[in-house]
Amino acid sequence: MAEEEFTDINGNSISLECHTHSSFCKEFTVTSPKLSLRRVMVITCCVWLFAYAVFFFTANTAVLSSAIILTLVGMMVHIHFVKVDHETLLVIGSLGVQLSSSYASGRESTTFIEMSKLKDIVINEAIYMQSIIYYLCILIKDPVDSEKVSSVVPLFQSSKPRLNCLVEVYRSCQEILTESR
Amino acid sequence: MVLKIFFPQCCNTADSGLLVGRWIPGQNSAVVLAVVHYPFIPGQVKKYLIEIQSQTQVDLTVLGSWSMPKEGQEEMDSFLKDLSTIFPQRCWLQLSREIGKRGFACKVVQNKEKPLRCTEQKNGIDSSDEDKIVLVHYDQRKVMLSQLHPVQEVNQAEPEPSELRLVFQTVAQTQPLFFLDKYDDGPLKLTHWQSEGREGSIIAELLKQASGPVCTVLMWFLSLWLWFCSFRIFHVRPVVFISSKLSTCVQSGYRADHFKIVFSSKKAAIHMDFMRKANILVSFLVDIGLGLLLISWLYRENRISKLAETLVPVADELLEWLMGAPAGLKMNKALDQVLGRFFLYHIHLWISYIHLMSPFIERILWYVGLSASLGLTFALSVLSDIVALLTFHIYCFYVYGARLYCMKIYGLSSLWRLFRGKKWNVLRQRVDSCSYDLDQLFIGTLLFTILLFLLPTTALYYLVFTLLRLVVVLFQGVIHLSVDLINSFPLFAMGLRICRPYRLAGTALHLMMEINPLKCSSVLACYRTPTFSCYPKDSWVALCKKLFVGELIYPWKQKTAKTD
Repeated sequence: MAEEEFTDINGNSISLECHTHSSFCKEFTVTSPKLSLRRVMVITCCVWLFAYAVFFFTANTAVLSSAIILTLVGMMVHIHFVKVDHETLLVIGSLGVQLSSSYASGRESTTFIEMSKLKDIVINEAIYMQSIIYYLCILIKDPVDSEKVSSVVPLFQSSKPRLNCLVEVYRSCQEILTESR
Repeated sequence: MVLKIFFPQCCNTADSGLLVGRWIPGQNSAVVLAVVHYPFIPGQVKKYLIEIQSQTQVDLTVLGSWSMPKEGQEEMDSFLKDLSTIFPQRCWLQLSREIGKRGFACKVVQNKEKPLRCTEQKNGIDSSDEDKIVLVHYDQRKVMLSQLHPVQEVNQAEPEPSELRLVFQTVAQTQPLFFLDKYDDGPLKLTHWQSEGREGSIIAELLKQASGPVCTVLMWFLSLWLWFCSFRIFHVRPVVFISSKLSTCVQSGYRADHFKIVFSSKKAAIHMDFMRKANILVSFLVDIGLGLLLISWLYRENRISKLAETLVPVADELLEWLMGAPAGLKMNKALDQVLGRFFLYHIHLWISYIHLMSPFIERILWYVGLSASLGLTFALSVLSDIVALLTFHIYCFYVYGARLYCMKIYGLSSLWRLFRGKKWNVLRQRVDSCSYDLDQLFIGTLLFTILLFLLPTTALYYLVFTLLRLVVVLFQGVIHLSVDLINSFPLFAMGLRICRPYRLAGTALHLMMEINPLKCSSVLACYRTPTFSCYPKDSWVALCKKLFVGELIYPWKQKTAKTD
């Protein structure tokens, strides 16, 4: 188990855990910063103040109740579908790779990619908004022509760690992949 | 290389015995299907395996031995070692487990008597020498019932199917192996997912037996209907033309096609055929259910007569509204009068026709409403046809107005070119300069002025009729889309995804193998019954251009060939 201080592309601090189950099986977990209470309070207060102002002018109580319902529903949707708590990459030599994202409400969504479909794991550059970032991705072989790459699966999309974190994960993955080929 | 062993969860607590399963070719992995217990006679084990092999075409072998010794059974170890000589294999697995401990221990003995140590599954991490072993636990019943997506067609099989696909196929194909349970009095005792007793449901068995004769009866009815439709009178040109325009006839044609698929007596060979049949059957039953619901709502409280009464005044109001429309534009009086009276006359004809029919409308609606018992799609198609027939005059007006406007625009553009001294060169498809005579210029300019100042009037009439026509087309389009949706939505596959998610597997694995169900959007994309409608060929830009110039716009056509 190894934990170090890393940051994501926006400067927020994240943490990386490497769990070595055996010589050919490793698990990497990147944990994003948790939901900030201050931000939640600020947004809720703004929405409610606005609703109160509208109520002041229109004297319609439906505005207040709809603001409350909207905040509740929005919070539930955000926790269940948007806010990712941690992302895991499990590499098992000669069996496959499993990616899993765990959301703040506890929901987990996993994908498994077999070793026969996986061409390589590489670090790629991309233009994201106004900056250029590095990201780790899995290259999937084309079923027809095994030299071509048919699609690219980016990893750690919600946490977006910086290059130093990616390099660590990359090195460990390559050790396992070269052995298993 | 890593050796992978897929081990069923139901055998975690089985008594000691032999492991029966299959080596996956070319992958260095093995699937364990069942455990054969003591006491057994090796000859009978071999005979049973050969029997199952001939039934399922899967090459089963004895993979190794499994020992979970209870108290007083420690001498099993040496016995187990001797077994490897009785069943000669390239590789002999020796899995063992002690009661109370979670981990397994396993050894692999190669033919050349060189025992290799091994590594462990989830908890224990052993030091490993040359070879490593991964044990994957799977739920046998779920893997047997599920289908790995993307589904491969039979003739398109990959040259090297992936390992997981082979595992799923192996377990699914060896169903006869799971028929022996612990209550059978045979010479062999097996442990697998069904060894506590065979599962079965009386209702399912009865339905399976009954479905054969029911299908033959329904096929006979269907062939009767098809024979009726093949009469010569239905193939005369006008009848064919009308029936291709009426959506009721089209919908009944699709349903006949669907029935042919569902009620054919051939069993579905591959997974996609089975799903298609099931989807069509389920959506047909839901369709009839919704239709009956609609009937029960419509026929209460005399709604039919109320509907009939609202139809007639609507047509009158339409007439009044149309003629009072100017929207502030100064219209040319003479042209306005001519066009106005022309259209008014048509509308009066139509109104008198409706007034003539009004005593019969209620009766007709009552009988037509009964057709909803054939399904909601039928009722919607009938509604679409009724709307088309009732708004036929709007269609005619749209055609008149559009043709007039189109001619005016073309005339205007050509005369505008003349006004500037240019001409359209048809040969070269471009605008060239041309010297006109004085009288040509004079008449041309005069006509140009006349057409230009009459433009607002014609444009207004065109606008009004086009908007009305578009409203009708939109309404019909919405009805067709919903009919299409009901026809093609794969309800069975969706229900399967919600209630039994493991049957439609996405990609599996969690070292403790759990089946990851397919995403709902993939279910929809994979199992959609092919639809018959096509989407408009023009983009929005082309549509606007056509509207501006005055070219006729046709509603979405139904294609005769199936498209997905």
